[in-house]
Formats: sequence, structure tokens, C-alpha cells
Amino acid sequence: MGPRSRHTAQEGDTLCLLEINARSVSVDLNNDASLLIDIPDALCERDKVKFTVHTKTTLSSFQKPDFSVPRQHEDFIWLHDALVETEDYAGLIIPPAPPKPDFESPREKMHKLGEGEATMTKEEYTKMKQELEAEYLAVFKKTVQVHEVFLQRLSSHPILSKDRNFQIFLEYDQDLSVRRKNAKETFGSFFKNMVKSADEVIISGIKEVDDFFEQEKTFLLDYSSKIKDSTARAEKMTRSHKNVADDYIHISATLNSLSVDDNTALKKFTNVEGRVASDEELKLTELLRYYMLDIQAAKDLLYRRARALADYENSNKALDKARLKSKDITQAEEHQQQCLQKFDKLSESGKRELTSFKGRRVVAFRKNLIEMAELEIKHAKNNMALLQGCIELLKSN
Amino acid sequence: MAAEMEPPPLGDAGQTDFREIEDGEGFFVSTVTTLESPEPSSPDPPSMPAEGISTNGPKQEDISLDDDPEDLFAEATEEVSLDSPEREPILSDGPSPAITPVTPTAMLTPRMGLGTAEMFERSLDEIEEDDSGDTFDMHIAVSDPEKVGTFNTVLMYSYIKTSMTIFSKNETTVRRRFSDFLGLHSKLASRYLHIGYIVPPAPEKSIVGMTKVKVGKEDLSSAEFVEKRRSALERYLMRTVKHPILLKDPDVMMFLESSELPRAVSTQALSGAGILRMVNKAADAVNKMTIKMNESDAWFEEKHQQFENLDLQLRKLHASVECLVCHRKELSVNTASFAKSAAMLGNSEDHTALSRALSQLAEVEEKIDQLHQDQAYADFYLFSELLGDYVRLITAVKGVFDHRMKTWSKWQDTQLLLQKKREAESKLQFANKPDKLQQAQDEIKELEGKVQQGEKDFELISKTIRKEVSRFEKERVKDFKVVIIKYLESLVQTQQQLIKYWEAFLPEAKAIA
Repeated sequence: MGPRSRHTAQEGDTLCLLEINARSVSVDLNNDASLLIDIPDALCERDKVKFTVHTKTTLSSFQKPDFSVPRQHEDFIWLHDALVETEDYAGLIIPPAPPKPDFESPREKMHKLGEGEATMTKEEYTKMKQELEAEYLAVFKKTVQVHEVFLQRLSSHPILSKDRNFQIFLEYDQDLSVRRKNAKETFGSFFKNMVKSADEVIISGIKEVDDFFEQEKTFLLDYSSKIKDSTARAEKMTRSHKNVADDYIHISATLNSLSVDDNTALKKFTNVEGRVASDEELKLTELLRYYMLDIQAAKDLLYRRARALADYENSNKALDKARLKSKDITQAEEHQQQCLQKFDKLSESGKRELTSFKGRRVVAFRKNLIEMAELEIKHAKNNMALLQGCIELLKSN
Repeated sequence: MAAEMEPPPLGDAGQTDFREIEDGEGFFVSTVTTLESPEPSSPDPPSMPAEGISTNGPKQEDISLDDDPEDLFAEATEEVSLDSPEREPILSDGPSPAITPVTPTAMLTPRMGLGTAEMFERSLDEIEEDDSGDTFDMHIAVSDPEKVGTFNTVLMYSYIKTSMTIFSKNETTVRRRFSDFLGLHSKLASRYLHIGYIVPPAPEKSIVGMTKVKVGKEDLSSAEFVEKRRSALERYLMRTVKHPILLKDPDVMMFLESSELPRAVSTQALSGAGILRMVNKAADAVNKMTIKMNESDAWFEEKHQQFENLDLQLRKLHASVECLVCHRKELSVNTASFAKSAAMLGNSEDHTALSRALSQLAEVEEKIDQLHQDQAYADFYLFSELLGDYVRLITAVKGVFDHRMKTWSKWQDTQLLLQKKREAESKLQFANKPDKLQQAQDEIKELEGKVQQGEKDFELISKTIRKEVSRFEKERVKDFKVVIIKYLESLVQTQQQLIKYWEAFLPEAKAIA
């Protein structure tokens, strides 16, 4: 089922209201009735998107069984960072943070449209405006989808769903920006970036004793670069497709003013072409993009485990040194035990997480590839019918 | 009309043209003889080409009967016996069967030796009306470009298949160079444009493209260039022969049928003739700006405006379609690159079923890339080139309107001059200079004649343009319709293929477990 949208768009001040009741690229999430989350609608003003996060729960830890709160993109980021920094979750794959809503492309188009208004016919202008609105809608759908999936991943995770910050995010009916400011001061993103650049080296350098992790490491490192590449190319492809669809708009508008033939069919064709491009993007490009990020999250887990292993090895060395010096042996022993425990815990949960990650990935790919193929077939059949109708009309004249 | 076709005038005019025949009656005899004798070469055949190649233009002398007499005549002679029975349908005025073979020539004779525009115009009129029974049925293909010589000159083969009776053969193959086409156009333009006929423009020269081919560069762009040119030449020829007047032009017939053509030297861009052309074009442009015509005919005003609009729209459309071609080529490249990347991803994937599905996806995308390439080809050769042709055709139409303006202007100038001379003459009446007076009166008489002629010319060109424009409009609508249908059909085919590919992929995706 597709999104049901009710939207009003005004020029200049892109105020649009989107109401959706669609299920997204999420895979079998949201089926635990004890905690159901969705984003039923969102409002966009200029570039700021306000999501309405709706929760239905049977859990007693929440104050109400059914409630909604408004949230901004930055709130999601705060939640993600808070989870990443939580030591206890080091052995878990933290779902990737949703990317910032990017209205760059349609905004650029709107600018061009404004500039070119003088040279276009009224009909062409209207058509282009419609396309523009469709594109805004598509970006909108995309961004709501990724934000929703993020929350649903959390709600379906046995451990993360119980996180205190998560609950605050869902429930707190005041503005979260105060909390966000504090968080920024404590954690700081510069630390994260520094860490990121080193992880690949650390992961590949580790001497792996566990076969499972050895395999996973090889696989993830390789797959990560491949999927990044595929995502970039899929993006280029869908963008070219959009360009072609846009060209058809100009062409059908000009043909119309030449009144060479009855153009309603050609116009519909251009509509369908545009839809093909955006559906392709939603199913294929977005899928790849999402998993590119997810793989990164899995790699982060491996990194943390590698760090834990390094720590453990260091603690062993420290213990040996202490024994040699006959100083602080108990301390060193304790420290070593802690490191070992941490490492074991990480390995255990890591194994669980990575296995379920694979399962999730396979299911998601399957679902999206099927949906994409079905949509392509549907659109192609539509196109064919339209074009054939057009040809009949021309031949009969 | 029928009266003009009767043999009697044949006596005089016949001589002037068929000078190579022994005697006037020999004309009849020679015809009959040729029909009956199977020998390819007889002394009489010179009449045949004149018959086969209609000589209704004012320049019969241009028929190069001296050129390769054996070849030309041999072909003609052989075929006449096959075709002559078919000649009957074109003669709507039903002459008696006994003189059937002769009548086409008889049709032509009244016009010979008469060079006035009036007679010429009448003859063209009649030809058009007479041939209304002979439906246009000709198929021209220009293909098999061949590189010859040290400079890799490209020759194109022109294959003609026709059942039209004005041709001496059903099928002809000749070899032509690009400059031959340009030469043909140049002759037609100089002959017909200034009297109001819309002569289809020839494909444009391209120094860069041609140099690459001449130098022997065997890359994709030079192959594309040759293909582009070949297609353009084909369309050019078809448009030219579809024009009923141009089809009968002796140079056109010669171009289509004779195996050798004299080199058209004056078509070279940097030749003396080329520079002269450029100068003339510039002069014309200046003149156009200074002529202010009092348009008394609303039809012309309206049509002129219409064509201005059409010009704008077509240029815009052409630009959009060129954009489409470019973007589709880009899409093809990006799809291919994604396909490769998907294949690599499939290889890297450790889940077997998903890995297989991803490889399948890569294959599907590769096939789709090919589809995009084919579609881009159709976009270009069907749609974009058609638009380009029409943009140039509209320029020719506008040129014809300009010629009408020039004709009017010339007429007006002559009238003014006459006025002046009259004033001068009346002055001379009072001065005592009898010879000057006489001179003035002579001049006035001459000018009066010129003014009359100017008016007639103007009316004639106006009439011709009206006919031409209506024919052009009809052709344009037909042309566009045919091409757009073809183009839409190409799109339908693409969609059909897409359905096939994705339907084949679907079970693979569903098989992921």
C-alpha cells in the first residue's frame, strides 16, 4: 500500500503537510505489540522537518498507553549518540542514525523554475511545478521512512528498547533541545571522528582467535566498501533517470503548443516515468544506502570488540609486569579479569548481533528487490498502455 | 490543355530539341524502332532519354547527352519496352493508343524553345495536374558508405526502387559523393527558390567530422558521423523527390540515374563561389532590413507570423530532445556502471541466495543499459534529426517569403523609375531636344514593359508560394505524424522489454530465503 498524502504546497514558503500511513523499508519490525512506534505525519517548514512520533504501548514503564510527541531531526541524533556512548551497549549494533533531511535537490530545482518562468508556457510551468512538488514529496517520504525505521529498530531490540533515553525520547512532552545541549558538551563529536578513522586499522590488525569473528571481519570489511560503491552508483543512476523524466515534461509541453497530436497520453507517460525514477530510488538506492550505514554500525561493533581485546591483552601484559615487580598484583589481576569479562561479554553479544544482522539484511534485500521488480513491471505496463493508446489515437486521425 | 498536346506543334519545336534525330518523322520511327528492336545501341536512342527524363525545365541544354552515351542510353533502351505500357495511366487526357509512346514528349514540346516564365509556369502546372494519376511511389535508400581513394573520400550508394513511370528503370543504383548532393541542391536552389518554390536544404557540411573520416580515424565518433550523414542524405533525397516539380527537374533525374556526374566544384566552402555566396547572403540580410513591404494580402501576413512561431517552437523542441538524448546516454552509462558494481556486491555477499539474486540484478541492469542505448539511438535518429530538418526547412520557407518581398521591391523600384522618367520626359517636351525626347520615350516604353513584367512576377511568386505553403503544411503534418508514431512505437518496445526483464528477475528475488 502506498502513502496516502494530503499536502498543500505554497510557493516560496515551502510549507507542506504530509500524512502517511505507509509501511516503510522496515522489515518485520513493529510486530511486538507491547511497544509500537510510527511516524503518522510530519510537517516541513523551509528545511526544518517536525516529525510526529506516535507510541502505543502496553508496558507499565510508560505513563500513558497511547501518545504522540513532536520531534526534530536533531533529537534523533541526540538519542543515537547517547546510545553509542553507553558503555553497556558496546556489544550491540546500534542502529545507524537517520541522515539529515536533504531538500537540496528540489530546492535547486525550485530556484531554476523561478528563474525560467518567463521562458516557459503556462502549461509547462504548471507541469514543472507539479514535478517539483512530487520531488519534495519523495524526499519527504524518504526522510520519514529512515527516521521511522530507526525508532522501530530500537523498539524491537530486546535490550535497547528498555533504554532510559529512548523512553525519554518517546515520552517527554517538552522540548528536548535543553537536554541536547548538555549532551553535546559531554560527548562532543570530535572524539567520535577521531575514533572512526582508526577503527579500520585496528580491526584488521587484530589477531583473531575466533573463526566466526575472523569470517565476519573479512566479510564486513569487503562488503562495506562494495556497498558504498554500489550506493553511489545507484544514486547516479536514479538521478539520470529523473533527468530523462524531466526532459519529457519539456518535450510534451512544447509538442502541445505545436498541437501536433493529442498530448494527454504523452503527459501521463511523463508522469509515469517520473514515478519510475522515484520508486527506483526508494527501493533500490535507499535500501543500499541504509545498509551501507548499517554495515558501518556492524563495523563499529567489531571495532569496540577489538578495542576490548586490545585492552585485555594490555591488561595481561600489565599483570605480568606487576608479578615481576611484585607490586599491585591484586589490582592488576582484577583489572585483567574485568577486561576479560568485558571482552567475553562483547564477543557473546556481538556474535548474536551479527547473526541477526545478517538475517535482517537478507530479509530486507529480499523485500525491497521484490517490491522494486513489481513496481518496475507495473509502471512499464502502465506506460505501454498509455503509449499504445496514444499511437491508436494518432493512427485513427 | 489537350490541344497543346497534339502532335502538330511537334513539327517546329521538335526540331529544336531533337536535333540529333535525322528528321521530324524519324522521331516517330525511332521510337517505334526502339520498341521493336532488342539491340541496345542504335543511333536513334538519343530521343529516349529525352523522353524518359522529362525536359520541362527551361534549360534543356543542360541534358548531358554527351556524357556516357552508351551507358545511359543502353539502360534506357532496354527498359522502355518493359515500361511503355505503363505509361498510359499518367496520361489523363487520353490520347489515342497509336501515339501513346510519343505523347509524353508531345506533352513537352509546346514548352520547348519558349523561355518565358509564364509558359514555364503553365507547364509546371500542367505537369502537376497531369501526373495526379501517377501516385508517388518511390523508395530511396542511401547506404553502404564506402571509402575510396587515398583521401578516404566517402561515397554513398543511392538505391532507388520505384514503379513510377517517369523513371527509365525500376531499380537504379548510383554512387555519389557528398559534394554531388550539395551541387544538386545548389542548382535547384538557384533555379527555384527565387520564384517561390520551397527547396529542401541539403545536409550541412562539417569540416571536423569529414576530416576525421578522411584521415582514416576508425573510432566510434567517425562511424557515428558517417551514419548521421548517411541518414541525413537519405531524408534529403526523399524530400526533394516528393516535391512534384523538383522531381521532374533534369538535374534531379540525372542525379538519380546517371552513373557519372560532373564534379560540383562550386560547393566547396572556401572556393571563390563559396565566398561569393557568403557575400550575397550578407547583402541579402542587409536588404531585408531595408525593405518595408506594404502587405496587402492578409494571408501572407498571417502565414509569415505562423512560420515565425513555428520556427521558435521547433527550435525549442529540438533543444529539449537533444537534451533528452544526452541524458539518456548518461543514464545508459550510469546503469552499466551500477550493473558492474552490483555484480561485485553479489560476489562479496556470503548469503548464497542473495548473492545469486544480486548477480541477476546486475545482469538485468546490463540488459537495461543496452535498452537505453537503443532508445537513445531512436531518440536521436527519429526525433531529433526530424526536428533539425524542419528547423532548416523553415529557414527555406522564410527565404521564399523574402524572395517575394524582393520581387515586390523590384517591381516597386521599376515603377518609381518609370515615374521619374515620365517626369523627365514631360520636362523634355518643353525643351527643344528631339532626340533626347525620343530616347526618353523609348526608355519609358521599355520601363512600362518591365513594370508589367514585375507585377506579373509578383503575382506569380505569390501564387506559387500559396501552393507551396499548403503542400508544405500537409507534408509537415504527415511527416511528423509518421515519425512520432514510429518513435512512440520504439518507446513501447522498450517498455515491453523492461517488463520481460523484470518478470524474469522477480522469481529470483522471491527465491531469496
